[in-house]
Amino acid sequence: MSDRSLFDKVWDAHRVRELGGGQTQLFIGLHLIHEVTSPQAFAMLREMRLPVRFPSRTFATVDHIIPTHSQRRPLADALAEQMLVALEASCREHGIRFFDPASGHQGIVHVIGPELGLTQPGMTIACGDSHTSTHGALGAVAFGIGTSQVRDVLATQCLALARPRVRRIDVTGKLSAGVYAKDVILAIIRRLGVKGGVGYAYEYAGPVIEAMGIEERLTVCNMSIEGGARCGYVSPDDLAFEYLRGREFAPRGEAFERALGWWRQMSSDPDARYDDRVEIRAGELAPAVTFGIHPGQNVGVDERLPRPAEAPGDEAASLEEAYAFMGLRPGEPIAGTPIDVAFVGSCTNGRISDLREAARVARRGRVAAGVKALIVPGSQAVARQAEAEGLPEVFRAAGFEWREPGCSMCLAMNPDKLVGREICASSSNRNFKGRQGSPTGRTLLMSPAMVAAAALRGRVTDVRELV
Amino acid sequence: MSERRVERVRGRGCAIRGHNIDTDRIIPARYLRCVSFDGLGEHAFADDRQQAKGDHPLDQARFDGAAILIVDHNFGSGSSREHAPQALMRRGFRAFVGGSFAEIFAGNCLALGLACATLGDAERARLQDRVELRPSEELELDVEARTLASGLGVLRLEIAEHVREHLLAGTWDATAVLLDAGPAIEETASRLPYARGFAA
Repeated sequence: MSDRSLFDKVWDAHRVRELGGGQTQLFIGLHLIHEVTSPQAFAMLREMRLPVRFPSRTFATVDHIIPTHSQRRPLADALAEQMLVALEASCREHGIRFFDPASGHQGIVHVIGPELGLTQPGMTIACGDSHTSTHGALGAVAFGIGTSQVRDVLATQCLALARPRVRRIDVTGKLSAGVYAKDVILAIIRRLGVKGGVGYAYEYAGPVIEAMGIEERLTVCNMSIEGGARCGYVSPDDLAFEYLRGREFAPRGEAFERALGWWRQMSSDPDARYDDRVEIRAGELAPAVTFGIHPGQNVGVDERLPRPAEAPGDEAASLEEAYAFMGLRPGEPIAGTPIDVAFVGSCTNGRISDLREAARVARRGRVAAGVKALIVPGSQAVARQAEAEGLPEVFRAAGFEWREPGCSMCLAMNPDKLVGREICASSSNRNFKGRQGSPTGRTLLMSPAMVAAAALRGRVTDVRELV
Repeated sequence: MSERRVERVRGRGCAIRGHNIDTDRIIPARYLRCVSFDGLGEHAFADDRQQAKGDHPLDQARFDGAAILIVDHNFGSGSSREHAPQALMRRGFRAFVGGSFAEIFAGNCLALGLACATLGDAERARLQDRVELRPSEELELDVEARTLASGLGVLRLEIAEHVREHLLAGTWDATAVLLDAGPAIEETASRLPYARGFAA
């Protein structure tokens, strides 16, 4: 058989057995947990008197609730401390490795998996977090799951899943300067819709994806879920394999050479068959900015906001709702929209390459008066690398705050939140109503470079004017 | 498992309109700062309700005690938080009828024994109108027949085959089903080169 996609091969290799109704029992190679969606799963396990089946295949960290001002224990917020203590106790009880703040490996779960080499090609991965699709960038098939499923993986190292179809998305042409991976995935979601991926796994391919670094691919795969897809991946190539060489949990020496053989074998065949194919032309893309209340509602920074009357069916009502919430008007340009807060970070764009791009822009000026600007590294390792490169000094000199690693302002489970109707230029992944902590707060998603540009000018700015 | 079988859901309906209602709206993140699901019910749709100033369907007395929630497209999108269906379940909802559902949300519902069924746009709009006009009318969702009986007559629903089978058999709580595979789990692991550390 030489017409199979990576998805087909991974699915077949991990199949334990067929269940009824078109579901398959799938073995999960790597299980990542964090403090928000696992405590109830451990409680259920205790109630059922079940052990963790493969404790060495689960790894934990703390990211959602951790404050970014200071990680000192006990955490200032008693509820956050309680969640952290609960996770520590569960990990100790079951023999699960916990990358806590003292370990030097703490960070956002989707940042540390790849950087530690836990995430590997050909694996199945699960985590109680929808952005688990991130790990697909290294050629893994990675599912976001709920708490009951976290319990299932702890108890059985398996999930019961219906097999999705596979859509290959070819990104062709070449990205122009100032256009990033974030702009590519926002364009894909704009084109295919926020529910266009329901029932599908997305395989990202084509010259633009091949030319991307692994961190850019992580950004693309991260937002697969925003397009409704069950998972997203890039078939692994030499760049992915070399990324893993020497990482703490990657195979070493001769084992690495043997791994290479298997990883190559698991890659999509050149003539693999797909259920659907889509082409996105990258040459036409400008830096993207969302203007609404879901990530599909985005335009190029040089465009005007769409008129509901010209939108197809369902979307007209959603646009009206978006404009009412955002206080923006159809027909107006998005460029020039004033902002109150700028946030660079998250599992989408909190890696070292993201911070470098933001710093490149930050060197061009100072944060505008009245704008609060935060830089939050995705992990302790990212923070160490940034420090080695002198990036915190660059940011501080320009008036940005340099924080400690965590999910921060992406989702408002820690002290970093919008206040009132503040509007935030954000490198995160969701512009949902209330997402950043204020029920009426507003989010404009964009690339880290665009966030930095907006911070300097105090309004949405085409980063290509600055660098 | 017989006591866990879900063959039908009977009860009054409630309509929440709007596409792409994400799980951050169903249960805002600040209510996830907890180590148990207890008490989540009262916070369902907290921000939407506050902004609707008492006019949100969940605050209207006529929908008190409703068991079937009628929604639109892509309901439950976004975050994987099981807290979302947990909150709705703790408010008394046992089934969802919508245009379409986000996949993680639908999977979380099944894990709690809650049915997600889809219905075409025109019929769904009629059903929402009906529920708003006659909120005290009893609806009956029949899982086996894939139908919804209401004052509008009997509507045909779509329910994924695995959802239907697990609800009818009472096996929606997957742990026991997965454990039944026994040593086949370890056998599968032993065939995976990475699970053997890529040993020669």
